[in-house]
Amino acid sequence: MKHHFILRVIAKFAIPFILLYALYVQFHGDFGPGGGFQAGVIFAAAFILYALIFGMEKARHAAPSAAIRLGIALGVLIYAGTGVAGILLGGKFLDYSVLAHDPTHGQHLGILIVEFGVGLTVASVMIAVFFAFASRPRSEG
Amino acid sequence: MLAFLVVTAIAIVRLRNLFAVVMLSGAYSLIAATIFVILDAVDVAFTEAAVGAGITTVLLLGTLVLTDREEKAPKTRNYWPLGVVLLTGAALVYATLDMPNFADPNAPANRHVAPRYLADTVPQHPSGAPVKVGVPNVVTSILASYRGYDTLGEVTVIFTAGIGVLLLLGTPARKEAPDPTKRKAPARKRPNRRKPEAKPGETAEGSP
Amino acid sequence: MDVLDRVLGLYNYWIVIVLMMVGFYVVMASRNLIKKIIGLSIFQTSVFLLYISVGKVRGGSAPILDKAIETYSNPLPHVLILTAIVVGVATTALGLAFVVRIKEAYGTTEEDEIHKQDERSD
Repeated sequence: MKHHFILRVIAKFAIPFILLYALYVQFHGDFGPGGGFQAGVIFAAAFILYALIFGMEKARHAAPSAAIRLGIALGVLIYAGTGVAGILLGGKFLDYSVLAHDPTHGQHLGILIVEFGVGLTVASVMIAVFFAFASRPRSEG
Repeated sequence: MLAFLVVTAIAIVRLRNLFAVVMLSGAYSLIAATIFVILDAVDVAFTEAAVGAGITTVLLLGTLVLTDREEKAPKTRNYWPLGVVLLTGAALVYATLDMPNFADPNAPANRHVAPRYLADTVPQHPSGAPVKVGVPNVVTSILASYRGYDTLGEVTVIFTAGIGVLLLLGTPARKEAPDPTKRKAPARKRPNRRKPEAKPGETAEGSP
Repeated sequence: MDVLDRVLGLYNYWIVIVLMMVGFYVVMASRNLIKKIIGLSIFQTSVFLLYISVGKVRGGSAPILDKAIETYSNPLPHVLILTAIVVGVATTALGLAFVVRIKEAYGTTEEDEIHKQDERSD
């Protein structure tokens, strides 16, 4: 059981850094490589690591199914909502220029919100898929 | 690097132990990510490494846990796939003879729309004047702003795939092993809202 | 030396085509469903390699705008392939979910045994 001990210590150490890195990649997607998809996948990887080392029960406490299902839908809603907000404020669908006082700032704001929506959906879907695979009872086939 | 890829791919074809094949496919994705970095595609390399070498390998291992570990030996030799593959390969090589040389700055692919995106001169404002998006990462600005509609479609695809997997794998399987000679009994009609009597060893409840 | 020039300019594409054909062969010729899906993912990754190598510009850098850099590689294929990678993993996940259900329903993941069971019960 020494192996499990080392793994648990290292995982407890590494998982917050992985989550922090995911957030960094998400919000610095404008200035370096990164963006919504990569950040979502890395965020999900942290949860998968937690589930692999500490077991599915604890992982379900950390990521309850209701929250994951909400996350899957909310990300798409945020993306489409930004598009509709563009219409409501006078522009075309997914026109970010009208979202702020200045077209360039509007573009920045739009890109930030949209990438957040993408990251949320990607992370939730990856976590949900992994939990679905891992919770399947094994048949004696 | 490309030679590594070819060796890995051929090894995947020949091996029958599925665990080794899964590991090799993870290595394949990682080498491909390295080649993407060499080709200046840093966002793509990031995504391919995270998704290909990470998520795909994890899901394949999850599937292997639930199914077999070894592929059965082929009983009959079939040469049709080899023939089709050689024919298609020859046709594709013939098609590349028309292409411009590798990394040519004057290739038509690099002259058409890309310079306008790189210079931020695509009209975005309703008045038609070009709006400076001002985001240094051009790939993100194309993904989210110039081609934002496509990214909306992509997020919808991920959403749909997630729902599909939840529908397929959300409810627990039947408890006894399926008998291959008996026709599957149509037991799915009854909605199983009530939890079945809790067995002591059964911790999984299935739907995330 | 025009032929040599063309060969040097095109051999990258040819190697990628070889990889595509290896993936294609795995999809067609393997009997195990999981190996088919892995072959499909090899095929997809090599197609991405083809597209990204079309977009590379000699002497260019990664497409992140910076005052000090003159030429950039073409960012358009990067965007396309980014989308394609994520869609690819979504379909792979769905395909693997199907394989798990097929295994539970038929008891095997070998293609010919599944066909035999279907023929027997028809």
